Amino acid sequence: MEVLAVDITGKAGTFAVSARFTAEQGVTALFGRSGAGKSTILKMIAGTARPERGRITAGPRVFFDSDAGINLAPRRRGVGFVFQDGRLFPHLSVRWNLTYARWAGRRAGTRALDEVVALLGLEAHLERYPETLSGGECQRVAIGRALLADPQILLMDEPLSSLDQERRAEILPYLEAVANETRIPVLYVSHDTDEVARLADRVVAIEAGRVRAIGTAAEVLGHGSGKGGGAVSILEGRVIEVDADYGTATIAASGGFIELSAEKLVAGNSVRLRLNAADIAIATAPHDGLSIRNQLRCEVKKIERQGNAVEVRLAFGSEFLLARITAKSADMLRLIEGMQVVALVKAVSIERARNLP
Amino acid sequence: MSEAEIEILLLSAKVALAAMLFSIVPAFAVAWLLARGRFAGKALLQAVVTLPLVLPPVVTGYGLLVLFGSRGPLGRVFESFFDISFAFRWTGAALAAGVMAFPLLVRPIRLSLEAVDRGLEEAASTLGAWSPIVFLTVTLPLALPGLLAGIVLGFAKALGEFGATITFVSNVPGETQTLSLAIYALMQSPEGDAAALRLIGLSIILALGAVVVSEWVARRLERRA
Repeated sequence: MEVLAVDITGKAGTFAVSARFTAEQGVTALFGRSGAGKSTILKMIAGTARPERGRITAGPRVFFDSDAGINLAPRRRGVGFVFQDGRLFPHLSVRWNLTYARWAGRRAGTRALDEVVALLGLEAHLERYPETLSGGECQRVAIGRALLADPQILLMDEPLSSLDQERRAEILPYLEAVANETRIPVLYVSHDTDEVARLADRVVAIEAGRVRAIGTAAEVLGHGSGKGGGAVSILEGRVIEVDADYGTATIAASGGFIELSAEKLVAGNSVRLRLNAADIAIATAPHDGLSIRNQLRCEVKKIERQGNAVEVRLAFGSEFLLARITAKSADMLRLIEGMQVVALVKAVSIERARNLP
Repeated sequence: MSEAEIEILLLSAKVALAAMLFSIVPAFAVAWLLARGRFAGKALLQAVVTLPLVLPPVVTGYGLLVLFGSRGPLGRVFESFFDISFAFRWTGAALAAGVMAFPLLVRPIRLSLEAVDRGLEEAASTLGAWSPIVFLTVTLPLALPGLLAGIVLGFAKALGEFGATITFVSNVPGETQTLSLAIYALMQSPEGDAAALRLIGLSIILALGAVVVSEWVARRLERRA
């Protein structure tokens, strides 16, 4: 299995980019605001932009090495690149676009066209031309075209950012399918917390051209902002029971069981959950007679005042939960660090970030 | 049509076709340089290419006579190395037509090359294609409408070229007397009006035909693209 190792400095327009990280099998997100230099780093890996100094390697193969004077041409790097704007060839049908790497790039056909077409749901569109496709369909073709280039590494540059919310929701399951079935490193550039939480195994946070943090989605995104600007926490667990009558499922996480309303969950599967800090309430003791299905025993690790609210970091097993409550509540409950509390989480408020295989 | 008319038509077609055949590749190369090249003297190249369009055709014809005439420096080179002479021959008419049509050929090709999205070429290279293949599979097909427009324009210009041709190779029936020159010759004689009118009608039909065909081809290409 190839491991991508990047250690480069260079320029992205007017500011300097300096990044060092590795990416293994699975999805690594390059996460950060627009204009942080994420796309430039991706282009340097693909070979369409040139770093000033450094080294980029994929397993035994050297893509770029300023000391040794190596700068492999993009076509020799064996990457699949999915561009933000699709970049389908307008004069070629979907079928010819998909197979471009085969007939023009002489890349080996290690994957069957039919398989990729089925994976991305493109069966009905093979003979159509790009201008007749919707934005979402275009991006699916672009993803398929990159997959069929027999890539050793898959690079995706904000593949959803040119689409509206509805189209994104339409494509995300396909990206999830690609992420789950692929055996190569996937680098996914995005500024969207939802996308990253849903797709990424590891997150490299980029800020002003530099790596700010590297870690699991839970570690890095826990500090990031979620919907409505609030913090989010990410938990991983395994589905142990599905109640088909009520449409609920029980997940075993490191700190205990969590119940959520969930469709399409299968017992035995791993799953990643996403909890908004504003949806979590804190009690000092367990309560009866509540509609809230989850009462999670946690320990207060840190209390951070943010204006009239506080953000409470709770240890739940080996993972963390963030709860956002008013400063007044925190004072009335006399919350202090080290205190044992109960986190109250409604089953319906838990979002499924990603189905893992 | 009379035999003489058919001869004039065939000669005109031969001259214009030869002019186009030998101009396409250099015109494409120049258009490529102007669209993509970054070099000193680009403005000068642009000016030289445009020159036949703005100079009086007589001046261009005189220039050709000086350079490519039987005593001209380039004329001698062609004579001794390729055994091609231009003076008072249909080859000279083709050369004059080609030079005069050149700017009309270059401009649409340049514009269409400039309109080709470089991002698509970049995408092709990440898919493993090397630059000649990228050119053949992406750049050329996308620039094709411009290339065809250039060829049609250039062909029409070559077919109707008059000033430079008559200055360079004169008006020799059966050798350099193309459609325009024949019409001119007929108009000089008192009883040639009717015959001139027939040729004028013919050239109008030819021109209309060329425009219709080129529009049709451009439409088809656009629908595909």
